[in-house]
Amino acid sequence: MKYNKGAILRAIEQPSMRDDHPEFDTGDTLRVDYKVVEGNRTRIQAFEGVVIARKNGRGARSTITVRKVSGGEGVERVFPLHSPLIAGLTVVKRGRTRRAKLYYLRELRGKAARLKTDVGRQEADRAAARAAREANG
Amino acid sequence: MKGILGTKVGMTQVWRDDKLVPVTVVLAGPCPVVQRKTPERDGYVAVQLGWVEKSEKAAIRPEVGHAKKAGVKPQRHLVELRDYTPEGDAVTVDIFAAGDVVDVTGTSKGRGTAGVIKRWGFAGMPATHGTKKKHRHPGSIGQRKFPGRVYKGKRMAGHYGAERVTTVGLEVVEVRPDDGVLLIKGALPGPNGGLLVVRDSKRKVS
Repeated sequence: MKYNKGAILRAIEQPSMRDDHPEFDTGDTLRVDYKVVEGNRTRIQAFEGVVIARKNGRGARSTITVRKVSGGEGVERVFPLHSPLIAGLTVVKRGRTRRAKLYYLRELRGKAARLKTDVGRQEADRAAARAAREANG
Repeated sequence: MKGILGTKVGMTQVWRDDKLVPVTVVLAGPCPVVQRKTPERDGYVAVQLGWVEKSEKAAIRPEVGHAKKAGVKPQRHLVELRDYTPEGDAVTVDIFAAGDVVDVTGTSKGRGTAGVIKRWGFAGMPATHGTKKKHRHPGSIGQRKFPGRVYKGKRMAGHYGAERVTTVGLEVVEVRPDDGVLLIKGALPGPNGGLLVVRDSKRKVS
């Protein structure tokens, strides 16, 4: 039986995939606005931290792992990137990294756990933001 | 008991509201009706469905004749479904709808000669405390002078997998008639590319 597995799976996944996320990579500091359902109310909870892993590539099943240090305790959350519960993603800071997965940050504390800012990309962001502001008036 | 033949494509996940649902993608139908069994001639009611055409060159002559009778091409797979009389001369995925409960039969992945831990879920021997080269062994397989033999049916190492497996009570998440694709919740038996029979569930829906 000849069939195109990739095409079939893509056709199924595509409709539920979101294309409204900003471009980002591991090492970037990201604010995830996540919808939390409490009974019949939903509110938005922000989780801000460093993206230490992006998994499962470009498909609908891809996830990101966001790590922050909260009260001296490391907290990591895994978000399905295409979840309808994500109200918004904002890149707070661009970090420069030399590897794709930043699991080594788990072993580091305090000053050692900082990442260098990727000045080039951050400036590009600023320029884009400025251009957008001017375009809007 | 309606049913259809298909090929397992692979697994993915789909969003249902805010929940991710694991699904197996099944490429199914249209399956031509190759033969109908009737009470008068055969003593029971059934339909023989085909799946995946093959060329007349690849088929042996009895297969070609059999297919010709039904006016279809020779089929790689022929499966009989009891007590099912589909209308028309082919069965397509739209016999199912989202929410239906189905049973799926396939041939499980072959595992070759497997030990008792993989095959029967035995606990094996301790990792330490003097265990010597017997960590994945079954331990004792019998008693003493009585009975003086190993009981029949004693679970031991041997060939595992590549057998007929039916997974029951699975939910149809989505039917895509244009592509001939079924999305069924959960895992299905066998490797990707394996033959599957999807049938109405025998299990009563609770």
